[in-house]
Amino acid sequence: MEQNYFQKEIETMSREDMKQLQSEKLVKQVKHVYENVPYYRDLMDKKGVSPDDIQSIDDLHKLPFLSKADLRDAYPYGLLAKPLEDCVRIQSTSGTTGRRVVAFYTQKDIDLWEDCCARAITAVGGTKKDVCQVAYGYGLFTGGPGLNGGSHKVGCLTLPLSSGNTERQIQFMTDLSATILCCTPSYAAYLGESLKEMGYTPETIPLKAGIFGAEPWTEEMRKSIEATLGIKAYDIYGLTETTGPGVSFECSEQTGMHVNEDHFYAEIINPDTGEVLPEGEKGELVFTSLDKEAFPLLRYRTRDICVLSRKKCSCGRTLVKMAKPMGRTDDMLIIRGVNVFPSQIETVLLKEGYEPNYQIVVDRVKNNDTFDVNVEMTPEMFTDKVSEIISMEKALAGAMKTMLGINPSVHLVPPKTIARSEGKAVRVVDKRKLI
Amino acid sequence: MAIKQLTVFVENKKGTVVSVTDILSKNNINLRALSIAETQDFGILRLIVSDEVAAEKVLSENGYLIKVVDTVGVKIGDQPGKLTAALNVLDKADINVEYLYAFMARTEKHAYVVLRVEDNAAAEAALVEAGFHMISEADIKKL
Repeated sequence: MEQNYFQKEIETMSREDMKQLQSEKLVKQVKHVYENVPYYRDLMDKKGVSPDDIQSIDDLHKLPFLSKADLRDAYPYGLLAKPLEDCVRIQSTSGTTGRRVVAFYTQKDIDLWEDCCARAITAVGGTKKDVCQVAYGYGLFTGGPGLNGGSHKVGCLTLPLSSGNTERQIQFMTDLSATILCCTPSYAAYLGESLKEMGYTPETIPLKAGIFGAEPWTEEMRKSIEATLGIKAYDIYGLTETTGPGVSFECSEQTGMHVNEDHFYAEIINPDTGEVLPEGEKGELVFTSLDKEAFPLLRYRTRDICVLSRKKCSCGRTLVKMAKPMGRTDDMLIIRGVNVFPSQIETVLLKEGYEPNYQIVVDRVKNNDTFDVNVEMTPEMFTDKVSEIISMEKALAGAMKTMLGINPSVHLVPPKTIARSEGKAVRVVDKRKLI
Repeated sequence: MAIKQLTVFVENKKGTVVSVTDILSKNNINLRALSIAETQDFGILRLIVSDEVAAEKVLSENGYLIKVVDTVGVKIGDQPGKLTAALNVLDKADINVEYLYAFMARTEKHAYVVLRVEDNAAAEAALVEAGFHMISEADIKKL
């Protein structure tokens, strides 16, 4: 594949120049955060670090970490580094009040985010001649807005379909000859199956490439999507805390994702000690926003287990590459692209009058996630009427859907039937083979 | 004249019914009637037993979720149309039947129907007025 770059100078910059650039940005950023974010200033003061201690990117390790708990404590404005009047947008995760992340953006932040997405689209061969169908959700979710903006910057004809409505997706895709598809990998697989059922063969589907992220997927799934749609399928990574999709992206080599490290500096740490690990070692991925203005998280712990590599890439990009995340250091599940914490299920159960005796069972059938929640029936709730028990299951599923944004199948089961190992209930059974 | 029905919540899987009946038989509790309602996930066993107090105790001790509910028992002739006649009575009285099951008497030419309704007293009154004979706990014990 002929290599195009959206911002060639940055994407192919020498290691020395990149370090220089990162260092300059970090020094400025730490000052900005220290002066404008009392929450982080306190953390730095407690650690005995002042902005003067940060002279280059090599000093980054001196700074304190931020975690999801800090985001919760500081909700909603505690980590905001710009006056609200300078902000133009928020994006948010699907979580509940306790877990919800609200990120703020200035126009400059939006621009750099869209640049990152534009780099991703260009790296898969996208140019202004392409028709880019964005089937990620638009709205609070970062997927749609991010890729939409990137597609504009590249100059593609953008089809802002948002998620769902498969019939309409296929109609626009085929009538307007979409060449690039952006969505979750499971939705790509679903669209592929639907196209196949309608009689389309890979040769008759106009697509040539897909950018698929927001949930974990395997090499097998990649191969199957590539075969049904007749495309090359590329991974993209991001999180609302940093910006959204485009923090890192795959290139033609399809062997990991280049991190846009001029904006987001990646570290791998030992999750227990916080010690920075050398390149190639597996640990927790930590990101530092080097030049975001409104919501500049320094050393944010993603909880994703990952590996970084600086091996030379055939695409010519010198940006560090991260592997697909290999797991989590917490109990978060990603189901149909949505972050789910078992504690959220627990919250719903207690609120609805049940005991917190439950088990989440996740599987992937025909490339789609199944999501079942078994809940132990309580003596107070038990009735001899089948219709009432079915209504109770539906009501619980509805309450969980409100909490999580996705619909589980709820099954009420007799007490003490949920598997316990060593006396402790097994809360999550994930049968998907994702690694 | 309510009839006590034992209701047991079980998983819909192999062996669940036999483990319940096994506990009852080991405790010398006789089954008068048994009906099962099931969905893909769970089953509800509805039992009329010779000694519901003892049955509730042993099943609870064995970890089962039990609920004792009052049902209405009516005696009907063992002829075509008799059940329909009884149900018509309830229908006319605007009484909704949640579920029912029937069992045959051993000697008499009669069937017994267990009815689960919202308002037992109303159902009983309507059936008695229409000439039906209700059955009592004592009748069950004698079976």
